[in-house]
Amino acid sequence: MIGMNHFLILSAILFAISIMGIFLNRKNIIVVLMAIELMLLAVNFNFITFSSFLHNIDGQIFVFFTLTVAAAESAIGLAILILLFRNMRGVNVQDMTQLKE
Amino acid sequence: MLQTVFFYVFSVILVISALQVILAKNPIHSVLFLILAFVTSSCLWIMLNVEFLALTLILVYVGAVMVLFLFVVMMLDIDIETMRKGFWKNLPLALCLGLVVLAEMVMVLVTKPVVVYQITQTDNSISNSNQLGWMLYTKYSYPVELASVILLLGLVVAVALTLRPSSKNAKYQNIAKQVAVSKTGRIEMVKMQAEKVEVIVDEKVGKDKEVSV
Repeated sequence: MIGMNHFLILSAILFAISIMGIFLNRKNIIVVLMAIELMLLAVNFNFITFSSFLHNIDGQIFVFFTLTVAAAESAIGLAILILLFRNMRGVNVQDMTQLKE
Repeated sequence: MLQTVFFYVFSVILVISALQVILAKNPIHSVLFLILAFVTSSCLWIMLNVEFLALTLILVYVGAVMVLFLFVVMMLDIDIETMRKGFWKNLPLALCLGLVVLAEMVMVLVTKPVVVYQITQTDNSISNSNQLGWMLYTKYSYPVELASVILLLGLVVAVALTLRPSSKNAKYQNIAKQVAVSKTGRIEMVKMQAEKVEVIVDEKVGKDKEVSV
């Protein structure tokens, strides 16, 4: 029988994978954004697991709001990405040092 | 029994696709594997009797956000080789960190177990969507309005950021110009001669008429 810990460990694995993804693809901002999406998915997984096993619907409401914020965040992130690409002809994170000068 | 089999099948697919998201060379493949991860996790959510959010995940994420990602990745001309530089150099650190985070979380779960109820099939009288809607529009009506404001914010910011200043209809402030403006740029002192007033006599009326020159 599948218990709560199975789902929680699965979401922990998902979270760890996305942290690894941020470190591995430091230069590639698109994959970093995708890793953040994956991280939010892991968090949502935790919320839903607890909400389902403890019979409390508030966790699902919170997932609803997390989805909203994540959608807005990714839209703005991609807009910034397009702006960066237009100004710098590339999306290399290492080149983004204009504010230093 | 069937539930166990499905859980392991879906979770293996989920973990493999999540690994492919961060390891794939081509960003397009990463996006497609992320879509697979979202679909698989929505299957797992349905196993937890959370139908509404599972469908929302597919509609919002796969239908909107990932399509946005796909558009952006296809539009940008990305040099994959320079992006991959430093990948293998960061691998040991990333692996260590990921394992530490995972070990911490699993240790929390193992050492201090939460009181667990089994999923009961008895509360099927009210559907999940019904319960969720009931809560959203009563107890959480103010947060729902806040969430709508956040979505509006996302819309406005995305448009404002990507609108080109050079396009004809865009009205933009040139902030540098506004800051650099000085008194001499705004006001021009003009030397003018005072007007001379000539008095001529209108014959017909017989009255003095002022004509400015």
